[in-house]
Amino acid sequence: MVEWTDAERSAITGLWGKISVDEIGPQALSRLLIVAPWTQRHFASFGNLSSPAAIMGNPKVAAHGKTVMGGLDRAVKNLDNIKAAYAGLSVMHSEKLHVDPDNFRLLSDCITVCVAMKFGPSCFSPDVQEAWQKFLAVVASALSRQYH
Amino acid sequence: MSLTVKNKDTIKSFWAKVAPRAEEIGTDALSRMLVVYPQTKTYFSHWKDLSPGSAPVRKHGKTVMSGVAEAVSKIDDLTNGLLTLSELHAFQLRVDPANFKILSHNLLVVLAIQFPDDFTPEVHVAMDKFLSALALALSEKYR
Repeated sequence: MVEWTDAERSAITGLWGKISVDEIGPQALSRLLIVAPWTQRHFASFGNLSSPAAIMGNPKVAAHGKTVMGGLDRAVKNLDNIKAAYAGLSVMHSEKLHVDPDNFRLLSDCITVCVAMKFGPSCFSPDVQEAWQKFLAVVASALSRQYH
Repeated sequence: MSLTVKNKDTIKSFWAKVAPRAEEIGTDALSRMLVVYPQTKTYFSHWKDLSPGSAPVRKHGKTVMSGVAEAVSKIDDLTNGLLTLSELHAFQLRVDPANFKILSHNLLVVLAIQFPDDFTPEVHVAMDKFLSALALALSEKYR
C-alpha cells in the first residue's frame, strides 16, 4: 500500500485540478515521440511522424495524448488503491499493446517537463515535484504490475 | 546515440541563453534532486544544510554548472575533454553513475521552467542527448 502524506495528497489533487488534459496530453505525447523516437514503434498507424513539426501537428497524436493523460484521472480519484484501479489497464498494456514498461517512465518524465513549463517555479516547487513524481511512479508501477 | 551537427548547434545556441543564469539553474536543479530523490542526500552528509537554496547547495550548484559549461566547450570530444572530471568522480567522489541520470532529469525540469518558450521538443532532445553523453564521459574512468 502506498502511503501519502496530507501534503502530497493536496499537492497531487491541487495540481491535477489545474491541469488541462486537452492541453498537456498532446504536448506530453508529442514530446515523448520526439525525445525518445523509438516509442514511435507503437504508432505506425498514426500517419506522418517524420519530423517534430509533423508530430506536433498530427491530430491522431493529439487525440491519443488526451486519452492517455485523461487516464490519470482514475489514479487521482483512487489514490489509495491505484494498483487495483489499473489492473485491467495493466493487462491491456502487456497483452494487447505490448508496451515496454520503461516507456511509462519516459512518458512520466515528459509529462513532468510539460507540467513544469506550464506552472513555473512557485507552483511547481520542489515539494510539489516530489509529490507529482511519486504519483507518476506509482501509476507506472501499477501499469507494470500485471506483466509476466 | 551520438550528437549530430544540428544537435551541437542547438545546444551551443541554447547554452548562450542558459549561461547567464547558470548559478540559479544549478542551485534549483540540485535542490530539486535532494528533495525528489532523497537517496542522493547520502553524498552530502558533510553539509550543514541540505534545504532548497541553502548556501552549500548554492555553492555546489555553481560548481556543477561550471562543469556542464566546460562540457559544452568540449562538445566535440567529451570523453577526452572530461578525463580529469571523470577521475575525480571515479576515484575520489565515487558517485554511483545512476545518479548522473537523476541530476540530468532535474536539470531538464529546471530548464523547462526557466525557458518555457525556448525549451522546445527539439532543444529538449538535444539537451537530453548531451547530458547522457556527458554522463557517459564522466563514467569513463570508473572501471
